[in-house]
Amino acid sequence: MSEWDELYREAILDHYRNPRQHGTLEHPDISYEDANPLCGDRIRMDIQVRDGKIEDVRFSGVGCAISQAATSMLCEHIKGMSLEDAKKIGREDVLEMVGIPLGPVRLKCALLGLKTLKAGVYGIHQWPGEEDGGET
Amino acid sequence: MATRSSDPSRSIREQFPMFREERTPPLAYLDSAASSQKPDMVIEALRRHYSYHNANIHRGVYQLAEEATASYEDARLRVTRFINAASPREVVFTRNSTEAINLVAYSWGRSVLKAGDAILLTEMEHHSNLVPWQILAAERGVELRFIPVTPEGRLDLEALPRLLADGKVKLVGVVHISNVLGTINPIEEIARQAHTAGSVVLVDASQSVPHRRMEVLRLGADFMAFTGHKMLGPTGIGVLWARRTLLEQMPPFLGGGEMIREVSLRSSKWNELPWKFEAGTMAIAEAVGLGAAVDYLQGLGMDAVFSHDQELVEYAMERLTEVPGLKILGPPAKERGGVVAFTMEGIHPHDIATVLDRQGVAIRAGHHCAMPLHEKLGIPASARASFYCYTVREEIDQLIAGLHKTRSLFKQ
Repeated sequence: MSEWDELYREAILDHYRNPRQHGTLEHPDISYEDANPLCGDRIRMDIQVRDGKIEDVRFSGVGCAISQAATSMLCEHIKGMSLEDAKKIGREDVLEMVGIPLGPVRLKCALLGLKTLKAGVYGIHQWPGEEDGGET
Repeated sequence: MATRSSDPSRSIREQFPMFREERTPPLAYLDSAASSQKPDMVIEALRRHYSYHNANIHRGVYQLAEEATASYEDARLRVTRFINAASPREVVFTRNSTEAINLVAYSWGRSVLKAGDAILLTEMEHHSNLVPWQILAAERGVELRFIPVTPEGRLDLEALPRLLADGKVKLVGVVHISNVLGTINPIEEIARQAHTAGSVVLVDASQSVPHRRMEVLRLGADFMAFTGHKMLGPTGIGVLWARRTLLEQMPPFLGGGEMIREVSLRSSKWNELPWKFEAGTMAIAEAVGLGAAVDYLQGLGMDAVFSHDQELVEYAMERLTEVPGLKILGPPAKERGGVVAFTMEGIHPHDIATVLDRQGVAIRAGHHCAMPLHEKLGIPASARASFYCYTVREEIDQLIAGLHKTRSLFKQ
Protein backbone atom coordinates (compact mmCIF):
# COMPACT_ATOMS: atom_id res chain seq x y z
CA MET A 1 0.00 0.00 0.00
CA SER A 2 2.98 2.35 0.22
CA GLU A 3 2.34 3.54 -3.32
CA TRP A 4 -1.06 4.73 -2.17
CA ASP A 5 0.15 6.20 1.12
CA GLU A 6 1.56 9.10 -0.80
CA LEU A 7 -1.89 9.80 -2.17
CA TYR A 8 -4.00 9.19 0.95
CA ARG A 9 -2.12 8.04 4.02
CA GLU A 10 -4.09 6.03 6.54
CA ALA A 11 -4.61 8.98 8.90
CA ILE A 12 -6.36 10.92 6.13
CA LEU A 13 -8.64 8.03 5.27
CA ASP A 14 -9.38 7.60 8.97
CA HIS A 15 -10.35 11.25 9.40
CA TYR A 16 -12.39 11.09 6.21
CA ARG A 17 -14.32 8.02 7.32
CA ASN A 18 -14.65 9.11 10.94
CA PRO A 19 -14.52 12.88 10.96
CA ARG A 20 -13.81 14.48 14.35
CA GLN A 21 -15.86 17.45 15.55
CA HIS A 22 -18.38 16.80 12.80
CA GLY A 23 -21.81 18.42 12.88
CA THR A 24 -23.22 21.83 13.73
CA LEU A 25 -23.64 23.87 16.94
CA GLU A 26 -26.99 25.15 18.11
CA HIS A 27 -25.77 28.60 19.23
CA PRO A 28 -22.41 29.25 17.61
CA ASP A 29 -20.66 32.56 18.25
CA ILE A 30 -19.00 32.27 14.89
CA SER A 31 -20.46 30.45 11.92
CA TYR A 32 -18.95 30.64 8.49
CA GLU A 33 -19.33 28.71 5.26
CA ASP A 34 -17.03 28.65 2.28
CA ALA A 35 -16.73 26.64 -0.89
CA ASN A 36 -14.19 25.70 -3.49
CA PRO A 37 -16.01 26.38 -6.76
CA LEU A 38 -13.63 24.20 -8.74
CA CYS A 39 -14.65 20.89 -7.22
CA GLY A 40 -17.79 21.78 -5.27
CA ASP A 41 -16.23 21.25 -1.83
CA ARG A 42 -18.22 23.09 0.82
CA ILE A 43 -17.41 23.55 4.50
CA ARG A 44 -19.29 25.22 7.30
CA MET A 45 -17.59 25.79 10.61
CA ASP A 46 -19.42 26.62 13.86
CA ILE A 47 -17.40 27.92 16.80
CA GLN A 48 -18.36 28.56 20.38
CA VAL A 49 -16.10 31.00 22.20
CA ARG A 50 -15.75 31.44 25.94
CA ASP A 51 -13.17 33.71 27.61
CA GLY A 52 -11.31 34.07 24.34
CA LYS A 53 -11.05 30.33 23.92
CA ILE A 54 -12.54 27.98 21.35
CA GLU A 55 -14.76 26.04 23.69
CA ASP A 56 -16.29 23.96 20.95
CA VAL A 57 -16.04 23.67 17.20
CA ARG A 58 -17.99 21.65 14.63
CA PHE A 59 -17.75 21.40 10.88
CA SER A 60 -20.11 20.13 8.25
CA GLY A 61 -20.22 20.03 4.49
CA VAL A 62 -19.30 17.91 1.53
CA GLY A 63 -16.06 17.43 -0.23
CA CYS A 64 -13.17 15.22 -1.17
CA ALA A 65 -11.17 13.19 1.33
CA ILE A 66 -8.42 15.80 1.52
CA SER A 67 -10.73 18.74 2.28
CA GLN A 68 -12.77 16.79 4.83
CA ALA A 69 -9.82 15.12 6.55
CA ALA A 70 -7.79 18.34 6.72
CA THR A 71 -10.74 20.16 8.26
CA SER A 72 -11.33 17.33 10.72
CA MET A 73 -7.66 17.46 11.78
CA LEU A 74 -7.81 21.24 12.04
CA CYS A 75 -10.94 21.21 14.20
CA GLU A 76 -9.46 18.60 16.50
CA HIS A 77 -6.36 20.77 16.77
CA ILE A 78 -8.10 24.05 17.59
CA LYS A 79 -10.60 22.81 20.13
CA GLY A 80 -9.69 24.39 23.45
CA MET A 81 -7.20 26.76 21.83
CA SER A 82 -7.33 30.51 22.39
CA LEU A 83 -8.69 32.54 19.47
CA GLU A 84 -5.39 34.40 19.31
CA ASP A 85 -3.49 31.13 18.87
CA ALA A 86 -6.01 29.89 16.32
CA LYS A 87 -5.38 33.04 14.29
CA LYS A 88 -1.71 32.14 14.13
CA ILE A 89 -2.29 28.82 12.43
CA GLY A 90 -0.90 29.00 8.93
CA ARG A 91 -0.94 26.87 5.83
CA GLU A 92 2.28 25.12 6.82
CA ASP A 93 0.64 23.87 10.01
CA VAL A 94 -2.25 22.37 8.06
CA LEU A 95 0.03 20.85 5.43
CA GLU A 96 2.06 19.27 8.20
CA MET A 97 -1.08 17.70 9.65
CA VAL A 98 -2.07 16.39 6.23
CA GLY A 99 1.43 15.05 5.70
CA ILE A 100 1.34 14.11 2.02
CA PRO A 101 2.60 15.89 -1.07
CA LEU A 102 -0.17 17.95 -2.71
CA GLY A 103 -0.41 19.41 -6.19
CA PRO A 104 -1.97 22.84 -6.73
CA VAL A 105 -5.54 21.53 -7.04
CA ARG A 106 -5.49 19.35 -3.94
CA LEU A 107 -3.69 22.11 -2.06
CA LYS A 108 -6.82 24.21 -2.35
CA CYS A 109 -8.83 21.30 -1.03
CA ALA A 110 -6.50 20.93 1.95
CA LEU A 111 -6.67 24.62 2.80
CA LEU A 112 -10.42 25.11 2.48
CA GLY A 113 -10.98 24.36 6.17
CA LEU A 114 -8.30 26.83 7.20
CA LYS A 115 -9.74 29.43 4.85
CA THR A 116 -13.14 28.92 6.43
CA LEU A 117 -11.70 29.16 9.94
CA LYS A 118 -9.76 32.34 9.16
CA ALA A 119 -12.68 34.00 7.46
CA GLY A 120 -14.90 33.09 10.39
CA VAL A 121 -12.46 34.22 13.05
CA TYR A 122 -11.46 37.46 11.33
CA GLY A 123 -14.85 37.99 9.77
CA ILE A 124 -13.25 38.70 6.43
CA HIS A 125 -12.15 36.77 3.38
CA GLN A 126 -8.52 35.89 3.31
CA TRP A 127 -6.60 33.23 1.52
CA PRO A 128 -4.41 31.17 3.82
CA GLY A 129 -0.85 32.12 3.03
CA GLU A 130 -1.82 35.63 2.03
CA GLU A 131 -2.58 36.64 5.56
CA ASP A 132 1.04 36.16 6.68
CA GLY A 133 2.34 39.47 7.86
CA GLY A 134 -1.17 40.74 8.32
CA GLU A 135 -1.39 39.20 11.74
CA THR A 136 0.52 41.83 13.66
CA MET B 1 -14.73 -7.80 -29.32
CA ALA B 2 -13.83 -10.87 -31.34
CA THR B 3 -12.64 -8.72 -34.20
CA ARG B 4 -10.45 -6.53 -32.06
CA SER B 5 -7.65 -6.29 -34.62
CA SER B 6 -10.04 -4.77 -37.13
CA ASP B 7 -11.26 -2.16 -34.65
CA PRO B 8 -10.69 1.07 -36.60
CA SER B 9 -9.96 3.02 -33.42
CA ARG B 10 -6.76 0.96 -33.13
CA SER B 11 -5.30 2.29 -36.38
CA ILE B 12 -6.71 5.73 -35.62
CA ARG B 13 -4.69 5.80 -32.37
CA GLU B 14 -1.49 5.31 -34.29
CA GLN B 15 -2.08 8.64 -35.96
CA PHE B 16 -2.03 10.49 -32.62
CA PRO B 17 1.38 11.28 -31.11
CA MET B 18 -0.22 11.39 -27.65
CA PHE B 19 -1.12 7.73 -27.94
CA ARG B 20 2.12 6.59 -29.58
CA GLU B 21 4.06 7.75 -26.54
CA GLU B 22 4.86 4.81 -24.23
CA ARG B 23 3.63 5.42 -20.72
CA THR B 24 3.58 3.44 -17.49
CA PRO B 25 0.81 2.94 -16.62
CA PRO B 26 -0.64 3.33 -20.12
CA LEU B 27 -2.74 6.44 -20.71
CA ALA B 28 -6.50 5.97 -20.80
CA TYR B 29 -7.65 9.38 -21.99
CA LEU B 30 -11.33 9.65 -21.13
CA ASP B 31 -11.77 13.42 -21.16
CA SER B 32 -12.41 14.20 -24.80
CA ALA B 33 -15.57 16.15 -23.92
CA ALA B 34 -13.23 18.67 -22.29
CA SER B 35 -10.69 18.65 -25.12
CA SER B 36 -9.74 16.12 -27.75
CA GLN B 37 -6.27 14.90 -28.62
CA LYS B 38 -4.77 15.91 -31.98
CA PRO B 39 -3.79 13.72 -34.92
CA ASP B 40 -0.54 14.15 -36.86
CA MET B 41 -2.51 15.66 -39.70
CA VAL B 42 -3.61 18.65 -37.60
CA ILE B 43 -0.22 19.19 -35.96
CA GLU B 44 1.41 18.92 -39.37
CA ALA B 45 -1.03 21.46 -40.84
CA LEU B 46 0.00 23.97 -38.15
CA ARG B 47 3.68 23.28 -38.77
CA ARG B 48 3.33 23.61 -42.52
CA HIS B 49 1.36 26.81 -42.23
CA TYR B 50 3.97 28.45 -40.02
CA SER B 51 6.85 27.00 -42.03
CA TYR B 52 5.72 27.79 -45.57
CA HIS B 53 2.60 29.99 -45.75
CA ASN B 54 2.70 32.33 -42.77
CA ALA B 55 1.66 35.96 -43.30
CA ASN B 56 -1.26 38.13 -42.27
CA ILE B 57 -4.43 37.57 -44.25
CA HIS B 58 -6.63 39.85 -46.37
CA ARG B 59 -3.97 42.55 -46.33
CA GLY B 60 -0.74 41.94 -48.20
CA VAL B 61 -0.62 41.88 -51.98
CA TYR B 62 2.40 39.63 -52.03
CA GLN B 63 2.41 35.91 -52.74
CA LEU B 64 2.73 34.70 -49.15
CA ALA B 65 -0.15 36.84 -47.91
CA GLU B 66 -2.29 35.49 -50.71
CA GLU B 67 -1.36 31.93 -49.77
CA ALA B 68 -2.21 32.55 -46.12
CA THR B 69 -5.53 34.14 -47.07
CA ALA B 70 -6.36 31.26 -49.38
CA SER B 71 -5.59 28.69 -46.67
CA TYR B 72 -7.69 30.55 -44.11
CA GLU B 73 -10.66 30.92 -46.43
CA ASP B 74 -10.25 27.35 -47.60
CA ALA B 75 -10.60 26.23 -43.98
CA ARG B 76 -13.85 28.18 -43.78
CA LEU B 77 -15.10 26.37 -46.88
CA ARG B 78 -14.24 23.00 -45.35
CA VAL B 79 -16.13 23.88 -42.18
CA THR B 80 -19.07 25.11 -44.27
CA ARG B 81 -19.28 21.77 -46.06
CA PHE B 82 -18.71 19.83 -42.84
CA ILE B 83 -21.83 21.27 -41.22
CA ASN B 84 -23.72 21.39 -44.53
CA ALA B 85 -24.26 25.14 -44.32
CA ALA B 86 -25.55 27.07 -47.33
CA SER B 87 -22.68 29.51 -47.65
CA PRO B 88 -19.28 30.32 -46.13
CA ARG B 89 -20.66 33.81 -45.47
CA GLU B 90 -22.65 32.24 -42.66
CA VAL B 91 -19.55 30.76 -41.02
CA VAL B 92 -17.84 33.19 -38.66
CA PHE B 93 -14.60 32.20 -36.99
CA THR B 94 -14.40 32.95 -33.27
CA ARG B 95 -12.10 31.89 -30.45
CA ASN B 96 -14.39 29.11 -29.20
CA SER B 97 -18.06 28.33 -28.49
CA THR B 98 -18.10 30.74 -25.59
CA GLU B 99 -17.03 33.63 -27.79
CA ALA B 100 -19.54 32.61 -30.46
CA ILE B 101 -22.39 32.74 -27.92
CA ASN B 102 -21.13 36.02 -26.49
CA LEU B 103 -21.05 37.42 -30.02
CA VAL B 104 -24.75 36.65 -30.38
CA ALA B 105 -25.55 38.02 -26.91
CA TYR B 106 -23.67 41.27 -27.50
CA SER B 107 -24.53 41.90 -31.12
CA TRP B 108 -27.95 40.36 -31.73
CA GLY B 109 -29.11 40.54 -28.10
CA ARG B 110 -28.24 44.19 -27.54
CA SER B 111 -29.76 45.35 -30.80
CA VAL B 112 -32.97 43.32 -30.62
CA LEU B 113 -34.00 42.65 -27.02
CA LYS B 114 -36.00 45.13 -24.96
CA ALA B 115 -37.15 45.20 -21.35
CA GLY B 116 -39.97 42.73 -20.89
CA ASP B 117 -38.64 40.26 -23.47
CA ALA B 118 -37.58 36.81 -22.34
CA ILE B 119 -34.81 34.36 -23.13
CA LEU B 120 -35.56 30.67 -22.70
CA LEU B 121 -32.64 28.40 -21.77
CA THR B 122 -32.49 24.94 -20.20
CA GLU B 123 -31.37 23.69 -16.82
CA MET B 124 -28.69 21.58 -18.46
CA GLU B 125 -26.76 24.40 -20.13
CA HIS B 126 -23.02 24.76 -19.86
CA HIS B 127 -22.00 28.02 -18.16
CA SER B 128 -21.06 29.36 -21.60
CA ASN B 129 -24.73 29.35 -22.60
CA LEU B 130 -25.92 30.77 -19.28
CA VAL B 131 -23.60 33.54 -18.18
CA PRO B 132 -23.69 35.69 -21.37
CA TRP B 133 -27.49 35.72 -21.13
CA GLN B 134 -27.43 36.51 -17.41
CA ILE B 135 -25.26 39.55 -18.15
CA LEU B 136 -27.59 40.65 -20.93
CA ALA B 137 -30.70 40.00 -18.85
CA ALA B 138 -29.42 42.14 -15.99
CA GLU B 139 -28.47 44.92 -18.36
CA ARG B 140 -31.69 45.00 -20.38
CA GLY B 141 -34.35 43.92 -17.93
CA VAL B 142 -34.86 40.71 -19.86
CA GLU B 143 -36.41 37.72 -18.13
CA LEU B 144 -34.62 34.36 -18.08
CA ARG B 145 -36.72 31.21 -18.27
CA PHE B 146 -35.64 27.59 -18.17
CA ILE B 147 -36.85 24.34 -19.63
CA PRO B 148 -36.66 21.95 -16.65
CA VAL B 149 -34.61 18.76 -16.60
CA THR B 150 -36.40 15.58 -15.54
CA PRO B 151 -34.85 13.20 -12.97
CA GLU B 152 -33.96 10.91 -15.90
CA GLY B 153 -31.86 13.69 -17.38
CA ARG B 154 -34.09 14.69 -20.27
CA LEU B 155 -35.59 18.06 -21.10
CA ASP B 156 -39.17 18.33 -19.94
CA LEU B 157 -40.71 19.27 -23.27
CA GLU B 158 -44.21 19.22 -21.83
CA ALA B 159 -43.31 22.51 -20.20
CA LEU B 160 -42.29 24.09 -23.50
CA PRO B 161 -45.69 25.30 -24.83
CA ARG B 162 -46.41 27.00 -21.51
CA LEU B 163 -42.98 28.68 -21.45
CA LEU B 164 -43.49 30.03 -24.97
CA ALA B 165 -47.20 30.85 -24.67
CA ASP B 166 -47.06 34.59 -23.90
CA GLY B 167 -44.90 35.35 -26.94
CA LYS B 168 -42.27 37.16 -24.87
CA VAL B 169 -39.51 34.67 -25.61
CA LYS B 170 -37.26 36.07 -28.34
CA LEU B 171 -34.44 33.55 -28.12
CA VAL B 172 -34.31 29.90 -27.14
CA GLY B 173 -30.79 28.75 -26.24
CA VAL B 174 -30.31 25.02 -25.93
CA VAL B 175 -27.43 22.58 -25.81
CA HIS B 176 -27.53 19.88 -28.50
CA ILE B 177 -25.73 17.18 -26.50
CA SER B 178 -25.29 17.73 -22.77
CA ASN B 179 -21.65 17.68 -21.66
CA VAL B 180 -22.69 16.07 -18.36
CA LEU B 181 -25.68 13.84 -19.04
CA GLY B 182 -24.86 13.01 -22.64
CA THR B 183 -28.52 13.61 -23.47
CA ILE B 184 -29.18 14.31 -27.14
CA ASN B 185 -31.85 16.99 -27.16
CA PRO B 186 -34.60 17.07 -29.82
CA ILE B 187 -33.57 20.37 -31.37
CA GLU B 188 -35.85 20.05 -34.40
CA GLU B 189 -38.93 19.82 -32.20
CA ILE B 190 -37.83 22.64 -29.89
CA ALA B 191 -36.99 24.84 -32.89
CA ARG B 192 -40.35 24.17 -34.52
CA GLN B 193 -42.22 25.31 -31.43
CA ALA B 194 -39.87 28.25 -30.83
CA HIS B 195 -40.25 29.53 -34.38
CA THR B 196 -44.02 29.26 -34.20
CA ALA B 197 -43.86 31.38 -31.05
CA GLY B 198 -41.75 34.00 -32.84
CA SER B 199 -38.40 33.16 -31.26
CA VAL B 200 -35.01 32.47 -32.81
CA VAL B 201 -33.01 29.42 -31.70
CA LEU B 202 -29.38 29.21 -30.65
CA VAL B 203 -27.83 25.76 -30.40
CA ASP B 204 -24.69 25.05 -28.40
CA ALA B 205 -23.27 22.29 -30.57
CA SER B 206 -19.93 21.98 -28.76
CA GLN B 207 -20.51 18.28 -28.06
CA SER B 208 -22.41 17.42 -31.23
CA VAL B 209 -20.54 18.85 -34.22
CA PRO B 210 -17.40 16.89 -33.19
CA HIS B 211 -19.33 13.64 -32.84
CA ARG B 212 -22.07 13.35 -35.45
CA ARG B 213 -23.02 14.38 -38.94
CA MET B 214 -24.33 17.91 -38.82
CA GLU B 215 -26.89 19.24 -41.24
CA VAL B 216 -27.33 22.63 -39.75
CA LEU B 217 -30.19 23.69 -42.01
CA ARG B 218 -32.25 20.67 -41.04
CA LEU B 219 -31.53 21.18 -37.35
CA GLY B 220 -33.77 24.23 -37.39
CA ALA B 221 -31.29 26.48 -35.58
CA ASP B 222 -30.76 30.15 -36.35
CA PHE B 223 -27.45 30.32 -34.51
CA MET B 224 -25.07 27.46 -33.79
CA ALA B 225 -21.82 27.57 -31.81
CA PHE B 226 -19.01 25.02 -31.67
CA THR B 227 -15.32 24.86 -30.93
CA GLY B 228 -12.30 23.43 -32.74
CA HIS B 229 -10.35 21.90 -29.88
CA LYS B 230 -13.08 19.38 -29.06
CA MET B 231 -13.01 18.08 -32.66
CA LEU B 232 -9.31 17.23 -33.07
CA GLY B 233 -8.45 20.83 -33.96
CA PRO B 234 -6.30 23.41 -32.19
CA THR B 235 -7.42 25.57 -29.28
CA GLY B 236 -8.25 29.20 -29.96
CA ILE B 237 -10.52 28.61 -32.96
CA GLY B 238 -14.27 28.19 -32.86
CA VAL B 239 -17.24 28.85 -35.09
CA LEU B 240 -20.48 30.75 -35.06
CA TRP B 241 -22.85 29.67 -37.79
CA ALA B 242 -25.91 31.87 -38.25
CA ARG B 243 -28.56 32.53 -40.86
CA ARG B 244 -27.37 35.17 -43.27
CA THR B 245 -30.38 37.44 -42.80
CA LEU B 246 -29.64 37.60 -39.07
CA LEU B 247 -25.93 38.23 -39.54
CA GLU B 248 -26.70 41.01 -42.00
CA GLN B 249 -28.96 42.80 -39.53
CA MET B 250 -26.57 42.44 -36.63
CA PRO B 251 -24.10 45.18 -35.72
CA PRO B 252 -20.44 44.19 -35.34
CA PHE B 253 -19.30 42.54 -32.12
CA LEU B 254 -15.71 43.78 -31.91
CA GLY B 255 -14.43 46.81 -33.77
CA GLY B 256 -11.00 47.02 -35.35
CA GLY B 257 -9.07 46.02 -38.42
CA GLU B 258 -10.47 43.68 -41.06
CA MET B 259 -14.12 44.10 -40.04
CA ILE B 260 -14.38 47.44 -41.86
CA ARG B 261 -14.80 48.53 -45.44
CA GLU B 262 -14.07 52.21 -44.96
CA VAL B 263 -12.89 54.11 -41.93
CA SER B 264 -12.93 57.83 -41.38
CA LEU B 265 -12.00 59.47 -38.12
CA ARG B 266 -15.55 59.61 -36.81
CA SER B 267 -17.30 56.68 -38.46
CA SER B 268 -16.84 53.51 -40.45
CA LYS B 269 -18.64 51.22 -42.85
CA TRP B 270 -18.67 47.55 -42.08
CA ASN B 271 -17.15 44.83 -44.15
CA GLU B 272 -19.20 42.11 -45.80
CA LEU B 273 -20.08 38.83 -44.14
CA PRO B 274 -18.46 37.00 -42.52
CA TRP B 275 -15.55 39.41 -42.06
CA LYS B 276 -17.75 42.02 -40.40
CA PHE B 277 -17.48 39.80 -37.32
CA GLU B 278 -13.78 39.00 -37.55
CA ALA B 279 -11.99 42.00 -36.10
CA GLY B 280 -8.22 42.05 -35.81
CA THR B 281 -5.84 39.33 -36.85
CA MET B 282 -7.63 36.06 -36.39
CA ALA B 283 -6.23 32.69 -35.32
CA ILE B 284 -5.08 31.95 -38.87
CA ALA B 285 -2.95 28.86 -38.30
CA GLU B 286 -5.56 27.47 -35.92
CA ALA B 287 -8.26 27.91 -38.57
CA VAL B 288 -6.06 26.02 -41.01
CA GLY B 289 -5.60 23.34 -38.34
CA LEU B 290 -9.34 23.14 -37.89
CA GLY B 291 -9.69 22.67 -41.65
CA ALA B 292 -7.31 19.70 -41.38
CA ALA B 293 -9.29 18.30 -38.44
CA VAL B 294 -12.46 18.50 -40.50
CA ASP B 295 -10.74 16.64 -43.35
CA TYR B 296 -9.58 13.98 -40.93
CA LEU B 297 -13.05 13.51 -39.46
CA GLN B 298 -14.61 13.34 -42.91
CA GLY B 299 -12.08 10.68 -43.81
CA LEU B 300 -13.35 8.62 -40.88
CA GLY B 301 -16.96 9.38 -41.71
CA MET B 302 -19.12 11.10 -39.12
CA ASP B 303 -21.64 8.29 -39.02
CA ALA B 304 -18.82 5.91 -38.08
CA VAL B 305 -17.58 8.36 -35.43
CA PHE B 306 -21.05 8.55 -33.91
CA SER B 307 -21.69 4.81 -33.91
CA HIS B 308 -18.26 4.21 -32.35
CA ASP B 309 -19.22 6.64 -29.55
CA GLN B 310 -22.50 4.83 -29.06
CA GLU B 311 -20.89 1.38 -28.89
CA LEU B 312 -18.43 2.66 -26.32
CA VAL B 313 -21.03 4.40 -24.20
CA GLU B 314 -23.14 1.26 -24.20
CA TYR B 315 -20.16 -0.86 -23.20
CA ALA B 316 -19.08 1.64 -20.54
CA MET B 317 -22.53 1.87 -18.98
CA GLU B 318 -22.79 -1.89 -18.88
CA ARG B 319 -19.39 -2.22 -17.18
CA LEU B 320 -19.99 0.68 -14.78
CA THR B 321 -23.03 -1.05 -13.31
CA GLU B 322 -20.60 -3.75 -12.09
CA VAL B 323 -19.08 -1.27 -9.66
CA PRO B 324 -20.94 -1.37 -6.32
CA GLY B 325 -22.36 1.94 -5.14
CA LEU B 326 -21.93 3.61 -8.52
CA LYS B 327 -24.77 5.69 -9.92
CA ILE B 328 -24.90 6.83 -13.55
CA LEU B 329 -26.45 10.21 -14.34
CA GLY B 330 -28.66 10.73 -17.35
CA PRO B 331 -30.61 8.70 -19.89
CA PRO B 332 -29.98 5.21 -21.33
CA ALA B 333 -27.10 4.66 -23.76
CA LYS B 334 -29.29 4.81 -26.86
CA GLU B 335 -30.29 8.38 -26.11
CA ARG B 336 -26.87 9.83 -25.52
CA GLY B 337 -23.55 10.84 -27.00
CA GLY B 338 -20.18 9.50 -25.84
CA VAL B 339 -20.38 10.87 -22.30
CA VAL B 340 -21.05 9.10 -18.99
CA ALA B 341 -21.10 10.99 -15.71
CA PHE B 342 -21.47 9.16 -12.41
CA THR B 343 -21.16 9.35 -8.66
CA MET B 344 -19.91 6.76 -6.16
CA GLU B 345 -21.39 6.35 -2.75
CA GLY B 346 -19.17 7.83 -0.05
CA ILE B 347 -16.38 8.85 -2.42
CA HIS B 348 -16.07 12.37 -3.73
CA PRO B 349 -15.51 12.63 -7.51
CA HIS B 350 -12.28 14.48 -6.83
CA ASP B 351 -10.93 11.47 -4.98
CA ILE B 352 -12.09 9.15 -7.75
CA ALA B 353 -10.21 11.22 -10.32
CA THR B 354 -7.12 11.37 -8.12
CA VAL B 355 -6.92 7.60 -7.62
CA LEU B 356 -7.67 6.99 -11.31
CA ASP B 357 -4.98 9.42 -12.36
CA ARG B 358 -2.44 7.36 -10.47
CA GLN B 359 -3.49 4.45 -12.66
CA GLY B 360 -3.16 6.36 -15.90
CA VAL B 361 -6.86 7.10 -16.31
CA ALA B 362 -7.74 10.72 -17.11
CA ILE B 363 -11.34 11.62 -16.33
CA ARG B 364 -13.01 14.86 -15.32
CA ALA B 365 -14.25 15.51 -11.78
CA GLY B 366 -16.27 18.48 -10.64
CA HIS B 367 -19.33 20.24 -11.99
CA HIS B 368 -18.12 20.33 -15.62
CA CYS B 369 -19.15 23.99 -15.97
CA ALA B 370 -22.75 23.06 -15.22
CA MET B 371 -23.27 24.02 -11.59
CA PRO B 372 -27.04 24.64 -11.87
CA LEU B 373 -27.53 21.17 -13.36
CA HIS B 374 -25.64 19.55 -10.48
CA GLU B 375 -27.71 21.55 -8.02
CA LYS B 376 -30.86 20.31 -9.73
CA LEU B 377 -29.60 16.72 -9.50
CA GLY B 378 -28.83 17.29 -5.84
CA ILE B 379 -25.13 16.48 -6.06
CA PRO B 380 -22.14 18.77 -5.49
CA ALA B 381 -20.08 17.21 -8.26
CA SER B 382 -19.73 14.20 -10.51
CA ALA B 383 -17.05 12.17 -12.26
CA ARG B 384 -17.23 12.00 -16.04
CA ALA B 385 -15.72 9.73 -18.67
CA SER B 386 -16.04 10.76 -22.30
CA PHE B 387 -15.03 9.10 -25.54
CA TYR B 388 -14.00 9.85 -29.10
CA CYS B 389 -12.96 8.18 -32.33
CA TYR B 390 -9.62 7.06 -30.84
CA THR B 391 -11.06 5.58 -27.65
CA VAL B 392 -10.71 1.80 -27.27
CA ARG B 393 -12.47 -0.64 -24.97
CA GLU B 394 -9.27 -1.34 -23.04
CA GLU B 395 -9.39 2.23 -21.79
CA ILE B 396 -12.85 1.61 -20.38
CA ASP B 397 -11.58 -1.65 -18.84
CA GLN B 398 -8.75 0.35 -17.27
CA LEU B 399 -11.35 2.79 -15.90
CA ILE B 400 -13.40 -0.02 -14.37
CA ALA B 401 -10.34 -1.63 -12.77
CA GLY B 402 -9.39 1.80 -11.43
CA LEU B 403 -12.84 2.31 -9.94
CA HIS B 404 -12.64 -1.03 -8.13
CA LYS B 405 -9.25 0.05 -6.78
CA THR B 406 -10.73 3.39 -5.69
CA ARG B 407 -13.48 1.62 -3.86
CA SER B 408 -11.17 -0.78 -2.06
CA LEU B 409 -8.96 2.12 -0.99
CA PHE B 410 -11.85 4.06 0.50
CA LYS B 411 -13.75 1.10 1.91
CA GLN B 412 -14.11 1.12 5.68
